Order: sequence, then C-alpha cells, then structure tokens
Amino acid sequence: MNIIVCIKQVPDTAEIRINPETNTLMREGVPSIINPFDLHAIEAGIRIREQLGGKVTVLTMGPPQAETSLREAVAMGADEAALLSDKAFAGSDTWATSYTLAQAIKKLGSDIVFCGKQAIDGDTAQVGPETAEFLDIPHISYVKKIEEVTDNTIRVQRLMDEGYDIVESSLPVLLTVVRELNQPRMPSLKGKMAAKKAEIKKMGITDIEADENSLGLKGSPTQVRKIFAPEIKAERKMIEGTPEEQVDNLIKELREIKCL
Amino acid sequence: MPVIVKPDKCTGCETCLDSCPFDAIEFKDGKAYINEYCNACMTCLPVCPEGAIIETEPGTRNMEHRQEIADYKDVLIFAEQREGKVASVSYELLGIGKKLSNELDTQLIAALLGAGEPEARELIKWGADKVLLCSDSGLERFNDDAYSGVLAQVINEYKPSIVLAGATPIGRSFIPRVAAKLRTGLTADCTSLEIDKETKNLLQIRPAFGGNIMATIVCPDYRPQMATVRPRVMKRGEYDENRRGEIVHVKVENPVSRTKVLEFVKEVSGISVNLHEADIIVAGGRGIGGEKGYKMLEEFAEALGGSVGASRAAVDEGWIPYSHQVGQTGKTVNPKVYIACGISGAVQHLVGMQSSDIIIAINKNPEAPIFNVATFGLVGDLFEIIPLLTKKIREAKGL
Ligand SMILES: Cc1cc2nc3c(=O)[nH]c(=O)nc-3n(C[C@H](O)[C@H](O)[C@H](O)COP(=O)(O)OP(=O)(O)OC[C@H]3O[C@@H](n4cnc5c(N)ncnc54)[C@H](O)[C@@H]3O)c2cc1C
Ligand SMILES: Nc1ncnc2c1ncn2[C@@H]1O[C@H](COP(=O)(O)O)[C@@H](O)[C@H]1O
Repeated sequence: MNIIVCIKQVPDTAEIRINPETNTLMREGVPSIINPFDLHAIEAGIRIREQLGGKVTVLTMGPPQAETSLREAVAMGADEAALLSDKAFAGSDTWATSYTLAQAIKKLGSDIVFCGKQAIDGDTAQVGPETAEFLDIPHISYVKKIEEVTDNTIRVQRLMDEGYDIVESSLPVLLTVVRELNQPRMPSLKGKMAAKKAEIKKMGITDIEADENSLGLKGSPTQVRKIFAPEIKAERKMIEGTPEEQVDNLIKELREIKCL
Repeated sequence: MPVIVKPDKCTGCETCLDSCPFDAIEFKDGKAYINEYCNACMTCLPVCPEGAIIETEPGTRNMEHRQEIADYKDVLIFAEQREGKVASVSYELLGIGKKLSNELDTQLIAALLGAGEPEARELIKWGADKVLLCSDSGLERFNDDAYSGVLAQVINEYKPSIVLAGATPIGRSFIPRVAAKLRTGLTADCTSLEIDKETKNLLQIRPAFGGNIMATIVCPDYRPQMATVRPRVMKRGEYDENRRGEIVHVKVENPVSRTKVLEFVKEVSGISVNLHEADIIVAGGRGIGGEKGYKMLEEFAEALGGSVGASRAAVDEGWIPYSHQVGQTGKTVNPKVYIACGISGAVQHLVGMQSSDIIIAINKNPEAPIFNVATFGLVGDLFEIIPLLTKKIREAKGL
C-alpha cells in the first residue's frame, strides 16, 4: 500500500497578532507548526501501513524551511519525505497548489492520498478535493472514521451536518480528515533518530513535468487584492446584580431582541 | 519570487515595510528584499517612492482566456437539497445572487440536482429567473463525482460569469472539483460579495488566518468566478408568490460515481447538531464541568428552542461529540443569538462564532476574553444562573 500524506507548514495562528497601526500580520517570532489537521492525516496513514504494510510518504510544497515539518512527520513514523520547492511555485493559489501537488503525486505513485480537512492559515479546505480532481481519482471529505481498508476498497464515515454518511470507494482515493479521526502519536526516540538521518527528496519544476503556465502566481486564477482588519464588535453591556436580577434583566433583553 | 526589489533603485527608506500584510519585506544591508512569505498581493508596488519594487514577470499572467470572458454573463447559484428539502443557504444565495445579477443586469439561474418541480418553483418565487433542474434519481443523495460532473456540464453550457454555492459540508466538498475541472478560481467561505464598479469583477471577501484578517480576492482572467458563501451571512431575497420563471430540464448521461454512500446515520445524541442553520446556539466550555453540566445546558437550549455547541476543551474532555465543536477546528456558525457558557474565549473559539448577531457570555471570570466580543455579559456562576434562566424562560413561554 502506497500512502501519501500532504502536509503544510503553517504559522501557529494562536500566536499571530495584528499590528493595530498598520493592520498587518506580525509574523516575527511566530512558531511554524504542521497544520493540526495534517497530524491526524499522518497518524491515519501510519495506522494503515501498520495494518496492511507498504509505506507512508509525506509531501509538502513550500519554502526550503518546510523541511523541518517533514522531519517531524518522519519522527512520528512516516517512511519517506518529499519537498516540492521551486521559485516557480511561489504565489500559488489553491488551484495551482493542487495542480502542483497532483503532478508530484503522479510521480510518487499512490493508492491512498491523505490531506487535512483544511489548513489553518488559508482555511479554504479546497486543496484536497482539487488535488483529487487533477489526479482523476475519487475523494471523500471530512473522514471521521476509517471502518475498513482492503487492497482495493475503503469504507469510511464522513461527517455531515446532522450525523455521518458511511461511504465506500474504490482505490486509489483521496481522503481529507477531521480531528475526530484519531489521536496523533508523539514522536518516538527511534523516530527522532530516523528523522535526523532521513533523506528528504527534493522536487522542483523539472522533476514533476509540469506545465509552466499552471504554476505559481502565473498559474493562479485568483489574486489577493487587499488585506484588512476585521471589524470589532459593537459596545458590550454588562448585566450586573444578584443572579436573580441578572436573569430577570437578561430575559428583558431577550424579549427586546425577540429571542423570546 | 513573483515580486522583487531592484537593489540599485532601493534607497533603504523603509517606506514599504509597513505596507506588507504578510511581513514579507525585510531589510538587509540597507536594502529591502522580499522573503518567502510573499503572497504576491502587490500591495507594496505603488507604495515605493522609487518604483524599486516590481513584478518579476509583469503581464505574463495567462491572458489567452481574456477574449472569452465576454461570453460569460449570468449569475448561477447551486441550490443545495438534502432529502428532497432545499437547504436554507440556497435561499440566501438567491438573495445575494439577485443583488449581483441586478447590478450586472443579467439573469439569476439556479441549478437544482436530485429534486423535483415543486422545489424548482419555490426557487423561482425566491428570485430565480431560470432553474436548471436535473431530477435524475442518481442525484437525490449527495455524491462528489456525480454532482461535480453535472454542475461542470451545465456551467459549460450556460456560461455564467459568477457561480455561488453554500460553504456547507456538501458545497465545500464538491465545488473545488468543479473549479479544478473548469480551470478557474474558487474563493472559500466568503462573508461578503460585491461588484467592482470599474471592472465589473466580483470582489470576494473572506476571513483568513483564523479570522485575524480579512482578504479581498478577485479572479480577473478566468470565468466563471466561483465562491462558496458562508451560511447565514447573506439575507434571503423577497418572496413573491406570483413570480414567473423558466424551468429547464437538464439531461445527464448516467451520472457515474466511484464512491457510494451506503447509509446515513443520524448522530445519536438527542439534541440537534445542525449548528449551521440554528437561530439560537447555547454553547458550553470547560466551565460546564462535565456531562451533568451538559444535561443542564441541553435543558436550557430546549427551553429556548436552540441547538447545543461546545468549545474544544469540552469536546476533548469527552463531554460532548466533536460534531458540536465550534471554532477554528470545528464549525463556523452565525446564529442570531450565541450564548457562551463557561467558555474563556480563546481566539480559536472566537473565529467560529464572532460573527453571530448577538453574543451573550456567562462566565465567572470578569477578565475572560469572551466578554470582549459579547453584546451582553453576565459575570457569575453558571450553575446558579442557567437553571434559574431555564426556569424563567419556561414560565415566560408557558411551558
Ligand atoms: C490549532 C488549534 C485549534 C483549536 N481549535 C479550536 C476550536 O475549533 N474550538 C475551540 O473552542 N477551541 C479550539 N482550540 C482550543 C482553544 O485554544 C482553547 O483551548 C479552548 O477554546 C478553551 O476552551 P474553554 O473556553 O471551554 O476552556 P477554558 O479556557 O478552560 O475556559 C473555561 C472558562 O469557564 C469559566 N468557568 C469555569 N467554571 C465556571 C462556572 N461555574 N461558571 C461560570 N464560568 C465558569 C472559566 O472562568 C473560564 O473562562 C484550538 C487550539 C489550537 C492550538
Ligand atoms: N503547500 C501544501 N503542501 C502540501 N499539502 C498542502 C499544501 N497546501 C494544502 N495542503 C493540503 O491540503 C489540505 C487543505 O488545505 P487548504 O485547502 O489550504 O485549506 C491541508 O490540510 C494539506 O493536507
């Protein structure tokens, strides 16, 4: 079983602050982490390998320093790691990112591709399904449980609004995963040693036989026009007094806003 | 890098430094350079007094599609249905779609898959000029392969300039496939849509970086311009019982699919988890203390007629299933009223609920950050306040 896990290195958004004067992101000192959803994707990949054999390859597209995230994934138990890094990839939107990842995945070969549900910097949740389309394989989003995997089929639970679907697919397939799927493991001592020594496969524009017009800024249909700070909520009103008084006053307010 | 600084022109004045939303400009040896955080937004270009910042390959964007753009005219919305019932977000899309199509002086089209004429007629009363109806029984249940194939087919045939879908589990799952097929841009989870007065392009506004910033996205060189729209943000249009419109039956060749839905399982907890469509959400965090606390919360929600949400801390404790989680790694909700009980208000929670119309916070710590986004704040012990509140609401409603 060839398993590929797409991971993204992202700034820890919990640590991001906005410069109130310039309305810009202050990245300085903000640690980079593996996108939290992708940790669950790595865990899922490793578990399937433990059950059926094969190998898990982690793949990321990003600047050279994204290598640290790949090494962290190897420490968790991934077998191989590939870094897609090239000046030509800079400025990619989700379309171009997905196209590029798909070209690399075609080279690497895969039975199951895992992605996180979404990346916490862009929050688009588009790269998974778009990559599947470029690979011309089916995908299942929001996977919260893997019920059964065989050499050519998979059955999973897909989270929906008021419950879940049980979905079956043929392989190859791409799955995007939610947090409920599993508890990602911590790196083992052996894993950490492996991570230090691991050879990172570097892939650039010539290695993936990509169409230049589909890459990076040039290949991206969308453009960011403007960035601005979100509006701050209106005045708040504190409701004080004894619990009894607080409740009575809140009920008045609820009536006012026709919630009651 | 798509943007570079010409070192011979740069005077090191640092004027550009604060213009970058991504902190991608750095100074080394008195000269600016662009680092890998550059998102190519081009904000810094006009800021430089020396014109030293340039696009590396100006004008080399793909322009061959330019002339075809004129062929794309209408506004098309994907009308989502589940179990034959049109989802509420579809009517909201008709509301914003009407506004956009009026501004562009074009038609508003709805694509409805897996439902029948009565539902199509409803869409017309809510503002659609034309409904493309595909009643194939293979489309009654949502399916990524089949849905993306059919939608791409009708878009190719009817050539809308704008395509909108709900940012629901269904929309966010299959619409990216459609955009990939059509080789066009897609903007996720928009909270506001406008037409640029000059270019007539669609301005797609959405939160990013966990809600810390807002971004305006455009798709100038490709059509259609596609966006998913966050439920409950757009207002429904006007309902007109007498509105007339056209229903076109769309034929598809056997929608094929490589995935198969075997069964839909409703989540067992008795309370509704359809947080996306709830008017009132009562949410509990670590302060709720345990499953018992949730029982209390459920009763409160029931009295108010609302759904129950949760913070990640409460989900991690195992008090309530993940499907109730609100926030960055859970659901994004926009109810009329959001009542946060025993939730501190971590930024990852706030991004999932801060666009609610009215936020009520109950917390014993007056310094809790949740009060910064609250419309009404109650400092106190929720174990005292909530049972009392539930009792009085029941009385008020005569329950
Ligand atoms: C990558 C990432 C993603 C995350 N995604 C999410 C997400 O999607 N959603 C989310 O919610 N969190 C998310 N978190 C976690 C988030 O950072 C917080 O840890 C979490 O929201 C805290 O939950 P809480 O407010 O319930 O708990 P706490 O922070 O522990 O707050 C409990 C509150 O209850 C109050 N309280 C206690 N007892 C009482 C009482 N008797 N009466 C009244 N008040 C009382 C306390 O004063 C306190 O303010 C994420 C974190 C990371 C790193
Ligand atoms: N640059 C990238 N490299 C590798 N995987 C990515 C990249 N961007 C996105 N992904 C994958 O796609 C998922 C969804 O990302 P997004 O569509 O950006 O929200 C992530 O959880 C990753 O699994």
